[in-house]
Amino acid sequence: MGIRIRQGTFSTLPELTDDEIKLQIQYIIDNDWAVSIEFTDDPNPRNAYWDMWGLPMFDTKDGAGAFSEVQACRKAYPNSYIKVNGYNRTYTKQTTAISFIVNRPAEEPGFRLDRTELNDRHIAYSLHSYAAEKPHGERYESNGKG
Amino acid sequence: MAGNGASAKGTVHGEKRWGAGVIPYATMGYYEPDYEPPDTDILAAFRITPQKGVDFEEAGAAVAGESSTATWTVVWTDRLTAYEKYQAKCYKIEPVPGNPDQAIAFIAYNMDLFEEGSIPNMTSSIIGNVFGFKALKALRLEDLRIPEHYLKTFPGPPHGIVMEREYLNKFGRPLLGATVKPKLGLSARNYGRVVYEALRGGLDFTKDDENINSQPFMRWRDRFLFSMEGVQRAQEQTGEIKGHYMNVTAATMEEMYKRAEFAKEIGSIIIMIDLTVGYTAMTSMSNWARDNGCILHLHRAGYATWARQKNHGVNFRVTAKWARMSGVDHIHSGTVVGKLEGDPAIIKGYYDTLRDDFVPENRANGIYFDQHWARMGGVMPVASGGIHAGQAHQLLHYLGEDVVLQFGGGTIGHPMGIAAGAECNRVAIEAMIKARNEGRDYMKEGPEILKKLARHYPSLQTALDVWGEISFNYESTDTPDVTPTPTSAG
Repeated sequence: MGIRIRQGTFSTLPELTDDEIKLQIQYIIDNDWAVSIEFTDDPNPRNAYWDMWGLPMFDTKDGAGAFSEVQACRKAYPNSYIKVNGYNRTYTKQTTAISFIVNRPAEEPGFRLDRTELNDRHIAYSLHSYAAEKPHGERYESNGKG
Repeated sequence: MAGNGASAKGTVHGEKRWGAGVIPYATMGYYEPDYEPPDTDILAAFRITPQKGVDFEEAGAAVAGESSTATWTVVWTDRLTAYEKYQAKCYKIEPVPGNPDQAIAFIAYNMDLFEEGSIPNMTSSIIGNVFGFKALKALRLEDLRIPEHYLKTFPGPPHGIVMEREYLNKFGRPLLGATVKPKLGLSARNYGRVVYEALRGGLDFTKDDENINSQPFMRWRDRFLFSMEGVQRAQEQTGEIKGHYMNVTAATMEEMYKRAEFAKEIGSIIIMIDLTVGYTAMTSMSNWARDNGCILHLHRAGYATWARQKNHGVNFRVTAKWARMSGVDHIHSGTVVGKLEGDPAIIKGYYDTLRDDFVPENRANGIYFDQHWARMGGVMPVASGGIHAGQAHQLLHYLGEDVVLQFGGGTIGHPMGIAAGAECNRVAIEAMIKARNEGRDYMKEGPEILKKLARHYPSLQTALDVWGEISFNYESTDTPDVTPTPTSAG
């Protein structure tokens, strides 16, 4: 059950292999962008602040080094969502240039849409993240992967 | 216009200048070949086609005169003013390669001629009267250089490309959309079904068409409510942000504000207006969108009536500049490969004009001036009309990453259903981005990449089978005057 959340640059394609992830990391480095890694247990699309796996690697020009951080993050949070970002600090950009998921929980419970009927056929919607029902730190514990 | 063929060039003075009667514009101070425009001047490049017997200098001077201070005869009241400051000046005439009947007249306008922050004022001056001028067979405004000093009086896009992406949480790939079809006739409930299916299948946006406002078969309020149900359900299914451009175009500002307020209240992240509402209404809706956190999409309905013919009208790159200044977040700007007009080099010029902070002069792309944008936010160009998944490599090559690709027919016409149509478009674009980032020659390998991918995605295989061979290869009516000389491999 559940869904496969569609966040990130490549979320409709099959999961990237490690070799494919390395190629994308190399693309980030070749563009002189900074690689960063973030993880979370609450994939609500409005969750803008996933936890940071260290600081953005502004000085890392070594793709293998950056990928080893992906592996370290996976080891520490095997059952979390993990994404790799490329950050472009260029004047007039100064924003994320690419962002793709490299790890997912074994099962993604997804969301429930809550509707509250207001006046005049107006409905107030709210997206309920099943994962966030449990306290922080206890989510995704039951599927045996973590 | 003096009827004497206007042989005199250069400004005259004294009795010759101020005696009552009619003298050539070129002698009145409107043709100044020695004038060096300061950085603060607004510069215009006009393609002029004078009537027989009117030389280019006089025609250029006449355009400068009629778009600034002049009338048909000498008036003594000019002398109550520092008129030489207010007179626009034709400072350069440039031949058009291969067309002896045309020339490009470069005209400089003092910034004081224009009200701060007002596109209507600027357009009333520069294109107000002069296009009907009898001494010209045809006239086309090709480009404008807007000085940064004047640009800073415009707030620009309510959000801009950077903010839109951060708000949507979507990076590193084109955004994908579709216009709901058929554009006319669906009931609100059926309409919302198309929204839901297209969004859950993988598109980021769906869109009202330009002529969907509030007709007897579907009133706006009903459409907004059912569309929002579709958006919300798709967000639940995919866990990503979705939007439906709710077209609030209406007969009055009051009605547009009313519809926009309702769209906001029910949670829409984006609203839409048509270019037909005019520059004042566009600017008002831009202010509203900024105040209310809604992305503002502009459909350029009507533009081709003045933009398409090469000898007369206003080039779209000028309309695009005015749209960026008056402040929209999206504007339809051509597809290159789709069903609507578009030479690749010319369209690149439009896209650069909308997205970049500095656009250098580049005649091969139709850009006549260096244009600095003073950090004004970029506008997301929208490519819509006759595009499909089989063109993914070409779309990425020609249009780049900061673009909304609108696959209307290419989504809704999919034989396996709307969601399958949406999926194959998303898969094709993501695969092409991935290949590009991996350093592959995706333009060359594109068809092969799609073919391989289609083995895993029946929706893509079906799309390639149905539309793979479809292209719209007609000659463009609007092409650059110059084409770059291919550089030799050495």
